[in-house]
Amino acid sequence: MTRPAFRIVLGVLAAALAALPFVVGGFAITLLNYVGIYALAALGLVLLTGMGGLTSFGQAAFVGIGAYASAYLTTAQGLPPLIGLVAAVATTGGVALLLGAVTLKLGGHFLPLSTIAWGIAISLLFGNIEALGRHNGIANIPPVSVGPVSFFTAESMYYLVGLTLAGAMWLSSNLLDSREGRAIRSLRSGAAMVESLGISVFRTRLAVFVIAGIFAGISGWLYAHMQRFISPAPFELRTGIEYLLMAVAGGSGHILGAVVGAALITFLKSVLQDVLPLLTSNSAQLEIVIYGCLFILLLQYARGGVIPFILRLAPKRRAPPPARITGVLPKQDRSAPDATMLEIVAVTKRFGGLVAVNEVSLKLRAGEILGLIGPNGAGKSTLFNAITGTDKPSSGKIVFRGRDVTHVPARKIAALGMARTFQHVKLRPNMSLLENVALGAYLRSRCGFLGGALRLARAEEAAIRADAMRQLERVGLADRFADLAGNLPLASQRLLEIARSLAADPVLLVLDEPAAGLRRMEKEALASLLHRLREEGLTILLVEHDMDFVMNLVDRLVVLDFGSKLAEGPPSQIRANLQVQQAYLGVAA
Amino acid sequence: MNLEIAGILAQDGIANGAIYVLMAIGMVMIFAVTRVLFVPFGDLSAFAALTLASFQLGRMPATVWLVVLLSALATAAELLRIARKREWHAAHKSLALYLVAPNAPVLLTLLLAGESMHAAAEVVLSIALVVPIGPLLYRIAFRPLADAPILVLLIVAVALHFAVSGVALLFFGPEGFRTRPFVSGEIAIGEVVVSMQVALIVVSSVVFSFLFFVVFEKTMAGKALRATAVNRIGARIVGIRPFRTGGLAFLLGSALAAISGILVSPVATFFFDSGFMIGLKAFVGAIVGGLASYPLAALGAIFVGLLESYSSFWSSAFKEILVFGILIPVLLWRSLAFAQVEEEEEELDEVET
Amino acid sequence: MSALLEVEELRVAYGKFEAVRGVSFAIEPGQVVTIIGPNGAGKSTTLLATIGLLPSKGRLSFEGRDFRRLDVEARVAHGLSLVPEKRELFGNLSVLDNLQLGAYSRGESARAMRDSLREVFDRFPRLEERKSQLASTLSGGERQMLALGRALMSRPRLLLLDEPSLGLAPLIVREIFSILQTLRRSGVSILLVEQNARAALELADYAYVMEIGEISLAGRAEELIGDERIVSSYLGGVFADEKPAAIARG
Repeated sequence: MTRPAFRIVLGVLAAALAALPFVVGGFAITLLNYVGIYALAALGLVLLTGMGGLTSFGQAAFVGIGAYASAYLTTAQGLPPLIGLVAAVATTGGVALLLGAVTLKLGGHFLPLSTIAWGIAISLLFGNIEALGRHNGIANIPPVSVGPVSFFTAESMYYLVGLTLAGAMWLSSNLLDSREGRAIRSLRSGAAMVESLGISVFRTRLAVFVIAGIFAGISGWLYAHMQRFISPAPFELRTGIEYLLMAVAGGSGHILGAVVGAALITFLKSVLQDVLPLLTSNSAQLEIVIYGCLFILLLQYARGGVIPFILRLAPKRRAPPPARITGVLPKQDRSAPDATMLEIVAVTKRFGGLVAVNEVSLKLRAGEILGLIGPNGAGKSTLFNAITGTDKPSSGKIVFRGRDVTHVPARKIAALGMARTFQHVKLRPNMSLLENVALGAYLRSRCGFLGGALRLARAEEAAIRADAMRQLERVGLADRFADLAGNLPLASQRLLEIARSLAADPVLLVLDEPAAGLRRMEKEALASLLHRLREEGLTILLVEHDMDFVMNLVDRLVVLDFGSKLAEGPPSQIRANLQVQQAYLGVAA
Repeated sequence: MNLEIAGILAQDGIANGAIYVLMAIGMVMIFAVTRVLFVPFGDLSAFAALTLASFQLGRMPATVWLVVLLSALATAAELLRIARKREWHAAHKSLALYLVAPNAPVLLTLLLAGESMHAAAEVVLSIALVVPIGPLLYRIAFRPLADAPILVLLIVAVALHFAVSGVALLFFGPEGFRTRPFVSGEIAIGEVVVSMQVALIVVSSVVFSFLFFVVFEKTMAGKALRATAVNRIGARIVGIRPFRTGGLAFLLGSALAAISGILVSPVATFFFDSGFMIGLKAFVGAIVGGLASYPLAALGAIFVGLLESYSSFWSSAFKEILVFGILIPVLLWRSLAFAQVEEEEEELDEVET
Repeated sequence: MSALLEVEELRVAYGKFEAVRGVSFAIEPGQVVTIIGPNGAGKSTTLLATIGLLPSKGRLSFEGRDFRRLDVEARVAHGLSLVPEKRELFGNLSVLDNLQLGAYSRGESARAMRDSLREVFDRFPRLEERKSQLASTLSGGERQMLALGRALMSRPRLLLLDEPSLGLAPLIVREIFSILQTLRRSGVSILLVEQNARAALELADYAYVMEIGEISLAGRAEELIGDERIVSSYLGGVFADEKPAAIARG
């Protein structure tokens, strides 16, 4: 499909949606209203689970909080529904903040388990609090009214729901395209990568958790004021898993997935509710059995959902390259006191009884390329982790740019000007090259979540992209800026990771086996890139196994063996060193 | 609350806890060997209880149809796999396992249902009908996802719970059932009077826990299960097939679930969804044990029983909320202990393709 | 004389990264063959593909039987045994349990099990001293011995060893390699992957040198000891783009 044709289709679709209430009957409109309301809650899950990688079974509980907050205030307290909206947002946001602060530090499968726990606990609360009507719920909820306009018909709610959903999708789309949005999307690469870019995993998780909660709360508000009656039943764990099913079925990696998923499941429900009673008197029970089986099949065969299939039909959007803007992003302060970039003093690391690194000291001078080598098991990775702040040494000191960073977390070390790459490349395969590199500029920019959602920092964003483009040019990948990172061959992926590191404008670049898996020509290209970077003022420390690569690249080598420093010096000296040869080739048995 | 009431509540708590103990141990075992948090565990217990109730009412338990369906699905999946890998020589083993074995109790039931049976026969048959469900579910739902991240397995487990309890509702309706006790009368221990059935529960829990430990400590199969749990690759290179141990783990777990359900059914009224609540509470106990230690899981289960008992004294409405609320600090505590050892930084790109 | 193990044009890839690029080698019954080379050459990957823990392309036959369709467990049942780089012991089980599980694939009677255990304990007296201890409490050298003992419990016809000297002090390496010598004398065929070229070459009959996923050198072990090209392969010099001399079987 060509671009102009696609636009026409979109335009027609939008017009059709707007005109729908005039054409279609009340039942269909009501159904669409529910689709919209569920889609809003599912959108929260797309952000939380699809983008942020945090599985939550408790979304229905948050919908309930929003619904009950507003229902209570508008009935028992007689306040207007718009105040109810404020209350819904405030309570869901507050509860999410509290729950998140307590549970988001949980890793692995403990986190989704905790969502089951509070999901059930909260939904049980609804049924047990006197003021909320217990199992009878709350009735006679007033419709939403803005001034003289009252939204009590299905048609009027259609527009309210539609506009709210559209607004939420617009905000989400903006957010995901912004600085913090990229941070959210990076969560799935694991804490090590995220923190190495200066991003706080906990803070980012908490933010997206609260956002998802608030979307659910607004969904609950709409639900309460449309149905005009709520009870605890729709906010149980069972509905929580239905929301998750919507997000996964639609495609949890895309904003549209929420809408598609909500539509699919809601229509499915509607169909089942018509068809099943003809087959059996137990139709309601059979419904949930079908959803359960459907979900399992989906997870086994089509975890990406429906959207990826649809996207293949859409035209390839040829995004224009970013405009060239010079130096809006702050640069790093390049001065290093007395030209010692990094000093490691008698660092030791013990794991239980095993001494992995034994009193190793070394000095890295500004502007040099230093290679850290040694046979397998020599302690290189352990030392590397200590330097980058991923792990803490058992004793000794690490001084970076004159500051003691021995016990400083990786995030803060990144902020001081150290950037690193990973042995197993950690990129976002579904983000473009440009976006991956832009991720690296997190510490040089300031736009927050709200600013990102409201597109308030366009100038900064343009500067970030221009800078990212520059870094891509530096590594030679500029012409593929719009490609998805997952489609690159390994050598290019390594270069991309370096470009991302450069986007942080570091003074020290730390590379973990950058030549692993590369062929000869690719290694030559990498070596000449690193030489170029050194000429531009960068200091480079690399851990490597490939001796050919290293010998022709570095100024100095440090050799580790059995956790201790064995030798230090220029490559030719190391090559001829008999002890080094013995360390590598082994002792006679 | 005076000492006497505290004593009664403690008794109650321990009796409840004993129920959770068997389930907690079963869940820990299944998780240890297969990385699956088998949420439908409680539902299987409910199935066993409801099946027994059907027998006692002279009805045919609809459980047979579930077994038949699952058996058919599993056999089909196996045949597909055999066809793809062209391992026809092993076909007879698969058929024996997935077609013949599960349907044997089914056939028996079809023949005998409606006739009056000895009480013991009813119990045995109930257990025999439910035991295959676990391994069949493993084959159909979890084995195809053997390399998926734990989160996906968890979602599948939760989805399965809804499917299984939905089927229970379909089969047994919304009414509750309570089966006839196996033993009647009461027993007095000092000043405390306990019904025989409850005593039976506690004793059985102890016996089965003990049996369980013996199996794991003394038999090769048990050691193979533990070995697979701790090192899958190590298991493979000595010839242990993780799928077999997985199936075995689910079989044992299924048996435990069925036995728990049968033991409890005379003492508590079972509805189609009772299993979930009981299972979840047992699960809290398992988490207290860090999902790795059987004795701690047992202690955790007793703790949950006591917590329930005492909090129901204050407010029966809030006792459930308390039990689930407690899960959060327990998770926090456990994750601190667990953190560096088990949690690898999983890259989650697998969840979306 | 038909070879015990024949591997032809083996290719193994991790996602986009081709770690092994068309490797061919063979082992005769009773032979000790070693694959040496610098880190990252693809040696361990080759071994893992041979036992079946990694998917691969190319031909692989053992005792004339096409092994490609067999999974790890089946290959083990047919007489292959692996001592992995990371040992992969069952830390929560005792030394004795670990050894007994090593014989799992044989399904032996109690008496046969006792005999096998006796043999292993005779070779590794230290393991017998510690037989009730948990595997996780053993030292590095003892763990290596346990991994080796466990692999021997299945009475393999071909023993695969992945970097046995890794992380071990020179004294222990010496001990392990002398045990391997006695194994060799008792007729066990061995495929040894090692970074420690010297120890490996002193033990083996035939050697292959791997660099960047390909075999760059091959020959009789006693002829390769002291060959300057090996020093270059470890410390820089020779590039694998040069095709190796014809690989003759020892």
